[in-house]
Amino acid sequence: MNAESSVIEKQREQTKASANQSQHQAAAEARLDRRELDEERDRRELERTWADGRGLWAWLTSTNHKTIATRYIITAFVFFLLGGIEAMLMRVQLARAENSFLSADLYNQIFTVHGTTMMFLFAVPIMEGMGLYLVPLMVGTRNVAFPRMNAYGYFTYLFGGLLLYGGFLLHTGPDTGWFSYVPLAGPAFSPGKRVDVWAQMITFTEIAALVGAIEIIATVFKQRAPGMSLNRIPLFVWSQVVTAFMIIFAMPAVMLASGFLAMDRLVDTHIFNPGEGGDAILYQHMFWFFGHPEVYIIFIPALGFVSTIVSTFARRKVFGYTAMVLSLIATAFLGFGLWVHHMFATPLPQLGQSLFTGASMMIAIPSGIQIFCWIATLWGGKVRLKTPLIFVLGFFAIFTLGGLTGVMLASVPLDLQVHDTYFVVAHFHYVLIGGAVFPLFGAFYYWFPKWTGRMLSERAGRWNFWLMFVGFNFVFFPMHELGLKGMTRRVYTYLPEMGWGDLNLLASIGAGILAIGVVVFLANVFWARRAGEVAGDDPWHSPTLEWATSSPPADYNFVHLPTVQGGYALWEKTVDAPVVVGLKTDCREVLATNVLDAEPDHKYQLPGPSIWPLMLALATAVAFVIGIFTPWAFPVAAALAFASLAGWFFSNPNSDNRRVKMTKPRPLAGHAQAQASEGQA
Amino acid sequence: MRRERDHLRSWRGLTHARSTWRAACVLIMPFALTLLDACSGAQQSVLDPAGPQAVRTDKLWWLFFYVCAFVFVFVMIALFLALRRASLWRDETASARGVTELPMLRPAPEKERRTTNVIVGATCVTVVILFIFLVASYSVGRSLSTRMEQNNKVTIEITGHQWWWQVRYTDSNPQNIFETANEIHIPVGVPVTVELKSQDVIHSFWVPNLAGKKDLIPGKTSILWLRADHPGTYRGQCAEYCGMQHAHMALYVVAEPREQFDAWLAHQRAPASQPTDDSQRRGQQVFLSSPCIMCHTITGTTAGAHVGPDLTHLSSRSTIAAATLPNTRGHLAGWVVDSQGVKPGNQMPPNNLSSEDLMALLDYLQSLK
Repeated sequence: MNAESSVIEKQREQTKASANQSQHQAAAEARLDRRELDEERDRRELERTWADGRGLWAWLTSTNHKTIATRYIITAFVFFLLGGIEAMLMRVQLARAENSFLSADLYNQIFTVHGTTMMFLFAVPIMEGMGLYLVPLMVGTRNVAFPRMNAYGYFTYLFGGLLLYGGFLLHTGPDTGWFSYVPLAGPAFSPGKRVDVWAQMITFTEIAALVGAIEIIATVFKQRAPGMSLNRIPLFVWSQVVTAFMIIFAMPAVMLASGFLAMDRLVDTHIFNPGEGGDAILYQHMFWFFGHPEVYIIFIPALGFVSTIVSTFARRKVFGYTAMVLSLIATAFLGFGLWVHHMFATPLPQLGQSLFTGASMMIAIPSGIQIFCWIATLWGGKVRLKTPLIFVLGFFAIFTLGGLTGVMLASVPLDLQVHDTYFVVAHFHYVLIGGAVFPLFGAFYYWFPKWTGRMLSERAGRWNFWLMFVGFNFVFFPMHELGLKGMTRRVYTYLPEMGWGDLNLLASIGAGILAIGVVVFLANVFWARRAGEVAGDDPWHSPTLEWATSSPPADYNFVHLPTVQGGYALWEKTVDAPVVVGLKTDCREVLATNVLDAEPDHKYQLPGPSIWPLMLALATAVAFVIGIFTPWAFPVAAALAFASLAGWFFSNPNSDNRRVKMTKPRPLAGHAQAQASEGQA
Repeated sequence: MRRERDHLRSWRGLTHARSTWRAACVLIMPFALTLLDACSGAQQSVLDPAGPQAVRTDKLWWLFFYVCAFVFVFVMIALFLALRRASLWRDETASARGVTELPMLRPAPEKERRTTNVIVGATCVTVVILFIFLVASYSVGRSLSTRMEQNNKVTIEITGHQWWWQVRYTDSNPQNIFETANEIHIPVGVPVTVELKSQDVIHSFWVPNLAGKKDLIPGKTSILWLRADHPGTYRGQCAEYCGMQHAHMALYVVAEPREQFDAWLAHQRAPASQPTDDSQRRGQQVFLSSPCIMCHTITGTTAGAHVGPDLTHLSSRSTIAAATLPNTRGHLAGWVVDSQGVKPGNQMPPNNLSSEDLMALLDYLQSLK
């Protein structure tokens, strides 16, 4: 608030100095005076303009990025808990040899739904949800670039999740693994509707992921605060942009794979049927061309959490900003060049395989650089050992171990021995839980005050961390040994003479400890929502813009859009930092800036609440859910989609502004005055 | 305030000797227990190699293991030192001194340059290590895929089925070709070529003590070679998820000296032994007049179907149902009557036999040495 009023102060002084030079400037001064007096009125008007209203209708039509992102995060967390319950059931079943707690059929459904849930319904959506909440705040704008499409993305994701769990509860859960290899998943060996549920669920969630990716790219490239040139974008935002680009290149491959699979099953094509000249290996290529980048789609946003938390709690800039950004981009590129290491056991030429060995090992280089840079950041910092940082320290330990076993798996001979064994299960849980879930929990502790205005308990946070950390190692470390002892994956039981019983029991006990850790987290959240310490705007003294507004942020995010003087906006803020003024408050107007230097370019209006995204999502659901039973669903859905899109395009909720207005900001005396930031840069 | 005290206490907890000791014990437990368990044996272990491929992979594993363990310890020490070196910000003492604003640290440029050098050095070391790994991995990989010269050619064709292994010993003389299931015999010290095919879905053939795995893909033939250097029985298991009973799709590889192997070969080539007493004769009649004949083969009889395993020398095998049960009379009876109870989802239907018929059938099946 101080900064904002001081900016206006500065503007007024500057204007005053030249006031009597021309009448025009005198008029400008008068306008500014009025503006200052009316700040309270602006606030009230912004509140009215950006409010979604209350009640069911408002819930269904909201296009606020924070509302939708919160839904993403909560929905994805519910799926995380469901996936966790499935994991617990599997651990109970495997706790001893020849256990009869779960039948083979149920176990196979459970491990399939567990994997599918964690990959498609938890990890990707929650990372995108974090991005959709934080990115507009971090780049200093009022909403994402395409707010209605954002709402559409959430509803398709929700319907996909409901389809999977609807099927599962009706005993029609998919049972062919989260990868659904053909021919096992083909019509001949998986009759019934189980695999169709899986294939269509994939399509739903991939649409949602693509939509979210487009939102993030457009928002970051066109709506950054003036002064936030590319080299000043916070590392978290960089990680979200890189992830979004990966999603755009990876997801179409799996949509194609699941689409072809659905066609083989529903309209009798033979794309993957070797008996009719199709190719079963083609499916694996298409699946893993998505499947491996998927891991990085989950993991790269987590690197953004880590960078943010490390720099905040070490009180200094992350060491090697450029190296960090280039490492993210290198990881993204390399991530597309190593899918074949999931297929080393298929008949492939040896030279080709070793290319993928090289690529898989190379990915350790950018990961290594990032870890070195974080350690260097801590080394020279002034460390506050708060819960978010403790989770990040846990990440270092677990992820480093998982990364090293990843290097082992890149080697063809070693992979041929441990591929599809519990060694791999251990490896990717180390990478995904250590690399993504631990930073995610750190991020929850870090941003919870921003979301709710209250702090989570530090004491409970310690318990939460240690229970999860110890429990995690108890579950997954023994699995390395189990894999080396020959225990294959996806087995619902094993014979007593195999000698796997003790380690499995240990892992099951660990799963219990891990689960208690998650329960402590939930209790902490419910307690803090009511009784947590009031946080204030910026409890951690953080560097990024989301902490420059109230907690929780108002619907419009900032009364005046901020400008940025350095890569760590709040730490490098000058006393007289200007803000953007002159955006209309009576409609949803935002400032568009250019891609490289974030110079103000034009203003445009975002649409407000709309029911059409939900309608279009319902049309999508008709296509893919009813499509399981009859292909006629598709023409019907196309008609419905056409109607929804017509409604979407011809009903601009800001009815007084049917066309987008393009206004060049005038300097100082005009509408937006952000040029001043250039002087400070 | 309370929050700050908590924070201080836990930091002290990290440095305080007794609680550090306790915390360290808890932290080390999963690793220690796992290593302890590593000393006990297992039936199919990667680290108990019995053939040249598994031996080479085992050596490669230990190279990777020691280097990676070293790197892990190095990174953890660096992290620990970083935390020790970094000055800790204590909210309590800071607010006592009246400091509430936290300044952003601006490290000296020459210090940053030193750090950059260290990071560049560490990255170079990483690259060198990875390069060594790459070369080692590639050369081992090459030696694994180069087929060995062989004088006494033994070629075995394995076809994966849901959920058992069809085994066919090929020979240039068609008379010598025979089929068996779920149990392979190989001569010690002789390389064996294994041709892998699949009848239905993708499976993966894996005998950890001998060699890495290879997928069985419908429409394709993959080649794997094996050599056992010590006589023994090695267990293998399907490693690619292949449906409901993927867990119960195992096999045994019996490596035996050449003479024993040749004797076994000669015996397997012979047709099934004829029933010698009344009970066995009745059993044969039961077999030939019941649904058994729809799926199984017994050479020398009219049973010649190929849906299920070949039963010509059933009793010479040590297990039934793809190494799920030991081949005893009791288990065999249970399997014949209610295979779905043992291995739900498998293709064999339950058989309603009177107890006399069942006993006769068992007598017959057990006579098929």
